Amino acid sequence: MTRSFSLRVLEVAVPVGLVALWWFLGDTALTSFYFPPLRDIWASFRATWIFAHVGSDVVPTLLGIGLGYATSVVLGISLGVILGSFPRVNEFLTPLLEFLRALPAIAAIPIFIVVIGVSLKMEIAVVTFAALWPILLNVSDAVAGVDPVVRDTSRSYRIRGFDRLVRVTLPSASPQIVAGMRVALTQSIVIIIVSELIVSARGIGHFIQTAQWNFDITAMWSGMILIGLIGFALSKLFQVFEYKVLAWHRGLHGKAQR
Amino acid sequence: MNNALSSEEREHLTDRAVPVPKIRIDGLAMSYVAQNATRTVLENVHIDMRANEFISIVGHSGAGKTTLLRCISGLERPSAGSVKFDGKDISGPPEKLALIFQDYGRSLFPWLRVLDNVTLPLRANRKMTAKLRAAAAEAALDAVGLRDAVQQYPWQLSGGMQQRVAIARALACEPEVLLMDEPFASVDAQTRSDLEDLVLGICRRYRMTTILVTHDVDESVYMSDRVVVLGGRPTSVAELIDVDLPADRDQVATKSLPEFIALRTRVLQAVRSVRSTGRRADRDATGRSGALGGTGHAGA
Repeated sequence: MTRSFSLRVLEVAVPVGLVALWWFLGDTALTSFYFPPLRDIWASFRATWIFAHVGSDVVPTLLGIGLGYATSVVLGISLGVILGSFPRVNEFLTPLLEFLRALPAIAAIPIFIVVIGVSLKMEIAVVTFAALWPILLNVSDAVAGVDPVVRDTSRSYRIRGFDRLVRVTLPSASPQIVAGMRVALTQSIVIIIVSELIVSARGIGHFIQTAQWNFDITAMWSGMILIGLIGFALSKLFQVFEYKVLAWHRGLHGKAQR
Repeated sequence: MNNALSSEEREHLTDRAVPVPKIRIDGLAMSYVAQNATRTVLENVHIDMRANEFISIVGHSGAGKTTLLRCISGLERPSAGSVKFDGKDISGPPEKLALIFQDYGRSLFPWLRVLDNVTLPLRANRKMTAKLRAAAAEAALDAVGLRDAVQQYPWQLSGGMQQRVAIARALACEPEVLLMDEPFASVDAQTRSDLEDLVLGICRRYRMTTILVTHDVDESVYMSDRVVVLGGRPTSVAELIDVDLPADRDQVATKSLPEFIALRTRVLQAVRSVRSTGRRADRDATGRSGALGGTGHAGA
């Protein structure tokens, strides 16, 4: 379905309008120490993020997200396939997995600090812990629930082993896998910032924390805006990935609706 | 005529030996345990098929037609009795046997293009290169008239075309035995008769032994050399009807033959009588089981 042109215009116009409004309101009396003018924030943003603190703060944050997320995707899919293929094991482990998913990963940060120590390794571990469960549970669910006709077809055509995994099981589970990965991506961003706020000596979260301690409210805002932009960019990137991977699913679905 | 026979076949003739049936279903039974009660679906089913024969299995709905087909295909293990393929017990889906499902929408993989759907089963054969696989798939798609659709996704095609893809996928495996589970049940009448003729042509051209499960009596007579009527509770073979129509079938000419009409009446009566009387079929089947051997047809 193509969205109408006016809707597209609105989609761009609303955020641009709001930013402009903030910008001009900032020049009036409607500002305070805690809500500085956008003009000042932008100046601080340029001074900090283009590109003075990129190496020291942005890269560590992105590295933590990237490596932790990648680990959770690989682990989540592999373990999910194994669990989904053995319903007995799955049934046995489900309560434990549900518990781990329900446990806010933030609550587990202290133990990671104690065990691993404050480092990139710890951040990767924390991100993995936060992002793993939504992927793992979605994958095991989808693999266990592969359409019986698809199963029978694979069996009767003797599609086995790696071919079956890569060309039948995973694609058939892909809509659910992608859904889990989407949730996991958001989790990754949240948890890395939290862990940086709490302990790290670098990263965007740490930068925001330091700015707050120094009452550099403008810099704090610029860090928040950067995180927002990174989150937005990552989710757009994910959309492109999803669009490619699930093209068949959209086509199939679109046809069913017509 | 004799020159056309292989030495093996000639040996059978001269020795007057009984050839091993292509498929032998012997005393097959199937029961399920559900809620502490055993439900027997199939019991004492005997069918012998000679090579290149086309058999249809008919019976009222719920008679266990699909269950029987699943046992023959190796997807399910019978509770008792055996299915032999070239004299060997089937313990899992055998090579050289292909199954076409009713629900093409689910049995074709929507994430693969038509060509990849057809080549996928061929990947198991490690000796085949990608080029050979593609060539085999294209030949099979050509045989079903879908050469131009190779790069499309199944869901971009009509129902009839999708079922053609499924037929091509089966064909590409070069099966000796083709099983079909109500393959034309979800397409419109015109497409259905086109597909019937397509399958008939292909089965003859590639010399396949074929079993067709259908609920359509006309179709069973039109397509087959023999019709197996299932019935009774639990189900077994109620009647086995030879279709001695000319080998070349034609939708209009064949179906207007008096023999065709007589045969379809006979099949229809058989289906209906086993349904209305229920137990009768059991007696019939056990009484007939001895006569069901394929020996009478061998070498015909």
